Amino acid sequence: MSGRSRFSFDRLIRLPPFVWLGAFFLLPFAITLKISLSEPATAIPPYLPVLDWRGGLDGWSSFLEALNLDNYATLYADPFYRDAALGSLGYAALASLILVAVGTPLAYALSRAPARWQPLLLALVIVPFWTSFLIRIYAWIAILKPEGLLNLVLLRLGLIARPLTILNTDAAVIIGLVYAYLPFMVLPLYAVMNRLDPTLRDAAADLGASPTRVFWSVTLPLSLPGIAAGAALCFIPMVGEFIIPDLLGSSETLMLGRVLWTEFFSNRDWPLASAVAVLILAIVIVPVVLFRDSLRVGEGTGEGR
Amino acid sequence: MTWVTRTALVVGLGFLYAPIVVLIGYSFNASPLVTVWGGFSTRWYATLLADAPLLASAWVSLEVAILASLIATLLGTLAALVLERQRRFRGRALFTGLVLGPIVMPEVMIGLSLLLMFIGIGLDRGMLTIVIAHATFCTGFVAVVVAARLRGLDRSLEEAAADLGAPPLRVLTTITLPLLAPAVIAGALLAFTLSLDDLVIASFVSGPGSTTLPMRLYSRVRLGVNPEINAASTLLVGLVSVVVLVSSWLTARRGGA
Amino acid sequence: MSDVPPRLTVRELTKSFGTYRAVDAVTLDLEPGEFFCLLGPSGCGKSTLLRLIAGFERPTSGQIRLGDQDLTGLPPHRRPVNMMFQSYALFPHMSVAGNIGYGLKDMGRTAAAVRVAELLRLVRLEGFGERRPETLSGGQRQRVALARALAREPQLLLLDEPLGALDRGLREETQGELRTIQRRLGTAFVVVTHDPEEAMMLADRIGVMEAGRLVQVAPPIALYRRPVNRYVAGLLGDVNLLPGRLGPDAAGEVRTVETPHGIVQGRTTSLAEGTPVVVAVRPEDLVLGAQGLPATVTEATFLGDRLRRTLRLPDGSFLRASGPPAEGDPPAGSETRVAFSADAAAIFPA
Repeated sequence: MSGRSRFSFDRLIRLPPFVWLGAFFLLPFAITLKISLSEPATAIPPYLPVLDWRGGLDGWSSFLEALNLDNYATLYADPFYRDAALGSLGYAALASLILVAVGTPLAYALSRAPARWQPLLLALVIVPFWTSFLIRIYAWIAILKPEGLLNLVLLRLGLIARPLTILNTDAAVIIGLVYAYLPFMVLPLYAVMNRLDPTLRDAAADLGASPTRVFWSVTLPLSLPGIAAGAALCFIPMVGEFIIPDLLGSSETLMLGRVLWTEFFSNRDWPLASAVAVLILAIVIVPVVLFRDSLRVGEGTGEGR
Repeated sequence: MTWVTRTALVVGLGFLYAPIVVLIGYSFNASPLVTVWGGFSTRWYATLLADAPLLASAWVSLEVAILASLIATLLGTLAALVLERQRRFRGRALFTGLVLGPIVMPEVMIGLSLLLMFIGIGLDRGMLTIVIAHATFCTGFVAVVVAARLRGLDRSLEEAAADLGAPPLRVLTTITLPLLAPAVIAGALLAFTLSLDDLVIASFVSGPGSTTLPMRLYSRVRLGVNPEINAASTLLVGLVSVVVLVSSWLTARRGGA
Repeated sequence: MSDVPPRLTVRELTKSFGTYRAVDAVTLDLEPGEFFCLLGPSGCGKSTLLRLIAGFERPTSGQIRLGDQDLTGLPPHRRPVNMMFQSYALFPHMSVAGNIGYGLKDMGRTAAAVRVAELLRLVRLEGFGERRPETLSGGQRQRVALARALAREPQLLLLDEPLGALDRGLREETQGELRTIQRRLGTAFVVVTHDPEEAMMLADRIGVMEAGRLVQVAPPIALYRRPVNRYVAGLLGDVNLLPGRLGPDAAGEVRTVETPHGIVQGRTTSLAEGTPVVVAVRPEDLVLGAQGLPATVTEATFLGDRLRRTLRLPDGSFLRASGPPAEGDPPAGSETRVAFSADAAAIFPA
């Protein structure tokens, strides 16, 4: 008796998220996929082919026949899109590498800080993550532009003779990516390092290893799951990044998120924009699947933010 | 702590905070030029308060964030209960994918696909469509936060309540939800800030008259550094800091509860 | 081996955490090649003392020396002392050989490989070099941890509850093995344990710790026979405690004590006449017969190799006696007298 009520109660709880996400996540995704397979056009829908639900099996088959891969062929053939895809991958990969190099010492330092300071230090890492993404990137414009703060300081110190051009270069994009995603790198890595058995470090030191060797031979290898999780957590959203290349990059900074934006808002080529969206998804699916288990590590830190 | 770890902390946190501090500093600079310190002034805040379009879009953002976070909190909490407490049912893999998918889905993809659907079904773009879009992409984040707490919850408390004769709904409302409250609130705050912060998705699904604050800021930021934006940013940073403080206080408190 | 291995000396060593003194003014001299056990319940400071010697904790005050080398300020990796951890702390990402060879970095690849093979032989794990620690049994892991700690030929080996994670049968076998290896190498061992039996079985000398203080250091038999206080007496096994008042000075260590039931004799040093004292006697040292304090046998339990009796003294307190069973022993309910030799009785302040 209670089994039956439990059963229907469980279904009742499942229903709202299922319906909402089905309607506003799954269905739009299917529509995008379909539009990416329709004829390139620069107009307003309906895009051909239209599936006629009443047509039964015939309707389906004629629908399927009319689908085409022209948009994807364009993406593949046109060096512009190829470069954008490679650019996205390249920026995301380089920034991920730098994030590992920058985030690892920071996460390590956090994990080795006195226990009573750790909650405060952790909060200090998390606060920028909550702060408006747009504003944090905007702040870098004031720092990096030719008459900006960085050049001002370097000039005053006499380190440079004339202002450096940093804003609207690849360097600015990388700085922006590293800056914006540093908390994503540090938090899962800290979570892993903090859980490491401290007696392993003691044992290594006891066997004559200097603090440097302890770090390289024990702490770092055992933190690899955290490094992988952090890198994946950063890499995935960076591939589709729009704001950073748009504000900090030059007009030649090719990243897929920005190309999609342009195709959609400026060129109004919706089928092609859809194809770009599917391409971005196809790229990020790889690390999502590869690092599915280590992304769980990051999930645990989600609690703290 | 060795000097190495201390240096790493100072440099790392310095890197994270320098831009924010610079922004706050400039917002009180009487001179509109970044390179010149014209003395302390709150004139940009006065300009900001007189900026009707900016204030209007701030209001839109606030309304959207409140509505979207309420919906996302409800859906996300239910989703977390399903993910953690319902181990086997048909379509569980699909359900998990639906809840967690939006977290890894590129923003441009979410924005574009929702827009295509809204156009397809003929729904006019406006505040409603932004609320729907934000609620959709925030649900997964709420679910992750609440599920993490649910995982740490002693299952036997719920079983004890059921054993004492409470039907499932009563167990949920009298035991599970009260114990989950801090995580639910933390999730709601996360959804609220994510919604408040979103530029990309809103840009796709908004219509005329429903320009959110990030969209307004973005259109001005594209034109370069602007002291009024610095002032707006400072206020936003202050607001977020308060939210984070409240949230970490709740997180700390639940440890003792 | 050098002709005289250096000896560990610990002087007035104190470690405070805030106002709490985990280790309180401990002074200790270790004999070269000695097997020494630190015994006490959890929280008595024995593990902290071990970590101080290894260098993981910095002492609040005091000194640690090994021979003429002052270890006090040295970081762990500069100390010629190695430690075997209670959890073994085997590196999960390295093979058994990698673990054992970890400390042999400066030796050169070939020499290190030879040494690792030698150590694997010592702990009877030949052929296990390429295995990962998680594929080993508890006992095998324990031996890897021992081999790893011995690899650098430490002048002193510290072992924190080395047998604590093993089940009972394996424990006894491993105790013997540990002694054998220690004898063969001649390295001084300091073992921390909470198990008195284990300490008595292993150690040349035992140091008993209580609330951060080293209360008594003695060979097992002396510790058993001549505990310096109630705590040590109770720690090492069953004991009868008779309260009384110390009698007049006498030549030598044998003194009289007036108990409510009569006068008894025991051993003590330098206590003033009239001091309230306790006489501690082990159950197996009580002799029933025609002499001594009057008592009633209230219970007699035959345990095969010995007979355990409970005796009631006139004031209602009880004594426990145990001894080889013999025909004609007084049965339960009979009146008897109970005595013990002065050598078997330790006297300490109440």
